[in-house]
Amino acid sequence: MTTKELQQKSVVYRKKILQYITKAKSGHTGGSLSSTDIINVLYNDVLNTTPQNFSSPDRDRYIQSKGHCVEALYVVLADKGFFPEEDLNTMCQYKSHYIGHPTKKVKGVEQNTGALGHGLPLCVGTAIAAKMDERNYKVFTLLGDGELPEGSNWEAALSASHYKLDNLCAIIDKNNLQISGTTADVCNTDPLDKKFESFGWAVKTINGNDVEELRAAFNSLPFEKDKPSVIIANTIKGKGVSYMENEMKWHHGVPTKEQYELAQLELDNALTLL
Amino acid sequence: MAEKNNTNPYKANLEIFSETLQRLALNDENIVAVTSDSRGSGKLVPFGKKFPKQIIEVGIAEQNLVGVAAGLASCGKKVFAVSPACFLTARALEQIKNDVAYSDNPVNVIGISAGVSYGALGSTHHSLHDYAVLRAIHNIIVVAPADNFETEMAIELAAKTKQPIYLRFGKKPMPPLKVVNDDVFAFGKGRVIIEGDDVAIIATGETVYPALQAAAKLQSEGILATVISMHTIKPLDTQLLQELAIKCKAIITVEEHSVNGGLGEACASFLLQNQFSKPFKIIGLPDEYTVTGSQQEIFNHYGISKDGIAATVKTLLEKILVPV
Repeated sequence: MTTKELQQKSVVYRKKILQYITKAKSGHTGGSLSSTDIINVLYNDVLNTTPQNFSSPDRDRYIQSKGHCVEALYVVLADKGFFPEEDLNTMCQYKSHYIGHPTKKVKGVEQNTGALGHGLPLCVGTAIAAKMDERNYKVFTLLGDGELPEGSNWEAALSASHYKLDNLCAIIDKNNLQISGTTADVCNTDPLDKKFESFGWAVKTINGNDVEELRAAFNSLPFEKDKPSVIIANTIKGKGVSYMENEMKWHHGVPTKEQYELAQLELDNALTLL
Repeated sequence: MAEKNNTNPYKANLEIFSETLQRLALNDENIVAVTSDSRGSGKLVPFGKKFPKQIIEVGIAEQNLVGVAAGLASCGKKVFAVSPACFLTARALEQIKNDVAYSDNPVNVIGISAGVSYGALGSTHHSLHDYAVLRAIHNIIVVAPADNFETEMAIELAAKTKQPIYLRFGKKPMPPLKVVNDDVFAFGKGRVIIEGDDVAIIATGETVYPALQAAAKLQSEGILATVISMHTIKPLDTQLLQELAIKCKAIITVEEHSVNGGLGEACASFLLQNQFSKPFKIIGLPDEYTVTGSQQEIFNHYGISKDGIAATVKTLLEKILVPV
C-alpha cells in the first residue's frame, strides 16, 4: 500500500471510529484516534494476519493491551474483512459481541483484554511459544503510556529480554494523557527509552501518527538481534479532530450531533487535501 | 491407618505431580512447566534437567507467570503454571480471571504448598481463600486431590483437558485412601471412600485422610459414616450430594480452607436450594487470624483431625436424637 493510501485509510478509519462511537454513545475516543495510524499500518502493511489464515499457527499475533481503544481495532478488522462492518451498528448494545473491550467472540481478536497490564505478559508467552516451535511469526502489542505503571508490564519486560524475544514488538501509544490528567502529572514514566533500554530492549522513538515513520520502524524489526523491540510512538490524543486533540475530556467523551458533524467535516477536508 | 511419621513410606502429592509431569513430558514436547523461582519448591528440578526446553522461568513475578502461561496455552502448549497457592491465587488472581478463565486459555494453574502447608510461616503463606475466589470465576475447574492416586489421575487428565483448571495440593506425604484404587477418576465426580448411613463426611484435599480416621473411630463407637473425597470443588458433584442427603442423617464437610466460600458453603448452597434440610456442619478454618504451627498442629487446633471430626459428628448427631 502506498503512503498516500495508508494516509487515506487513517482518515477513513477515524471517520468510522467517530461514527460508531457516536451511534453507541460510548467509546474511548481520544485513544482510538491517537492509535489509529499504528493499527492501520500494522494491519495494512505489517501483519500477515487475515480472516483466511486466522486459525493458522503461523499467523502474526496482535494483542491490544490498551483494550479500551477497541473502536480503532474494530474498524480496521472490519475493513480487513474479519466481519461485516454493519455489525458495528450493534456496538455496546445489549448482547452484542462488539463490546467496549476486545473479546475473542469477535473474529480477529486474539485475547480478551481490557484490564491494563495484561497484553505484554500474554505476548511474552506467545513469543516464547514461537521460539519453542521454531515458527517465524511475530508478536505485537499496543500499550498505552497511561498503563505503564502497572507492574506486570515490567515483569514481562524482564522476561522478554531474558528470553531474547526478538520476535516481539511492543508499541507504546504515547499520547501523554490519561483519564485524570497528563501522564507526567499522574505518574511520570519518562524517560521511557532509557527505562526500556535498561530492561534490555531495543528502542526506537518515532512520530506515531506518521504512517511513513511507522512503516519504516516496523520494516526494521527486530531493531537488534536477540532483543525485544519497543516503538515509542509519540502521538496526539484525539488526533485528526481539532477540538479533540490533546484535550483530556475526550478520553471517553462522546460527540454531540453538532460536534460529530464538525468532526466529519474536518476529516472530509483532510481527505481532500491528501 | 496409623500415622507413620518417622519412616513414612508415602509420597507427597507434590512429588507425584512432579513424577507424573515428567512421565507425560517424555512423550509430549508440548508439556511446559512455568515457574516463578518455584522449581525447587515445586519439585521440578528433575523436570528442568530432563526437559530444559520445556520449562520457563519468569522469576518471582506471579502475574507474569500466569500471563505468560496463558500466552503459551493459546499456542497449543499444555501449560502447568506452578507457584505457591497463596501467591498464585491472590497476586495473580486477575490474570487467572482474565487471561486464563475469561480468555479460555487452558492453563493448568498449579497451587503448591496449599492451605496451611506453610503453617508456621504465617498468613502471608496460607491459601485459605482460593476455593472461594475461584468458585466465583466462570470457566475454571477447581480441584484438590486427596492422595497420590487422585493426584496422578488429576495431572494426567489436566494435560488432556482443554479447559482452565486450578489444582492445589500440599507437601505432606499422603497415605492412599484405598488399598486398591480401581475408581474411574473424573473431574466433578466425588470418590466414595467408605460407606455408612449415619453421617456423610464430605472432605477435600488433605483433609480426606483425617476424615477417614474419624470414620474409623466413629465405627468403633457404632456410628457408620460415608466418607467422600470431593476432589473437585467446582463443578460440584451435586448428584452424589443429593444421594448423600437422601441416605444419611447428617452431613459434615471438611476442608483446608476458610469456612467462608469453600466446599462447605458450596454444598450448603446446593442442599438448601434443592429442599434438602439436613443437620449440617462445616469444618474448616474459622474467620480469624489463623493460629500458626505445623499443618498438623493447625489441623488439630481447628478440629480438622480424627478426634475433632469425630467429636463434631457426635455433637451433630446428638442434636438429631435430642431435639432442642
